[in-house]
Amino acid sequence: MISIQTGDFDSAVEYAQLRSSGAGTGAIATFTGLVRDSGDMKGVTGLYLEHYPGMTEEVIGGLVDDASKRWDVRKARVIHRVGRLALQDQIVFVGVCSAHRSDAFAACQFIMDALKTSAPFWKKEITESGEHWVEQKESDVARSKTWE
Amino acid sequence: MTTENITIRFFARLREELGTEELTISAQPGLTTGDILAELAGRGGAWAQLKGDQPLMIAVNQAMAKPSTPVQGGDEVAFFPPVTGG
Repeated sequence: MISIQTGDFDSAVEYAQLRSSGAGTGAIATFTGLVRDSGDMKGVTGLYLEHYPGMTEEVIGGLVDDASKRWDVRKARVIHRVGRLALQDQIVFVGVCSAHRSDAFAACQFIMDALKTSAPFWKKEITESGEHWVEQKESDVARSKTWE
Repeated sequence: MTTENITIRFFARLREELGTEELTISAQPGLTTGDILAELAGRGGAWAQLKGDQPLMIAVNQAMAKPSTPVQGGDEVAFFPPVTGG
């Protein structure tokens, strides 16, 4: 299931729901991304996240489908927040249930890496001296390409 | 919106720099997203960046597209900077 939302999420609740994926599940891998105080700029005090409603959900759904073709994925959950976020706020959650840990780790990392370069989200860093849109990182593009 | 029109949307930095969130143009036979970019870039000023000086992503009906992708009446075309989510 995919959620794009302004509100926060509770990782414990998400984990509990992932655990209900059935007796065949032997591993759950989760990733949570947080707002940090530096990125393109130092002294970041918060972020603003914009997305393309509709397309974002379609793209992430496609990534989960791709992951399910490559690895054993029993259940997957992706949550991405939009709007204004403060330091240490949770931005993104990816959780994957699988029979085995290697598949759970790989699918979780694939979804996260691919999301960063293909899902239409844009981050704007906010500092005390101004705001600016974050540029796409070559390192993120390179990481995403390693899955091709 | 009539079916003869194409809706064009802009996001993030591009939306702010162009000062435009959405506009419509008339559909023409054989039109591609690249043709639309060239026409908009011809407006000059901030629109000139659509010439290709900066990296740009294109979507048609919410699926990733290329400058060669054809568009027709009723389509939604979006132009936006490389994405930075997660």
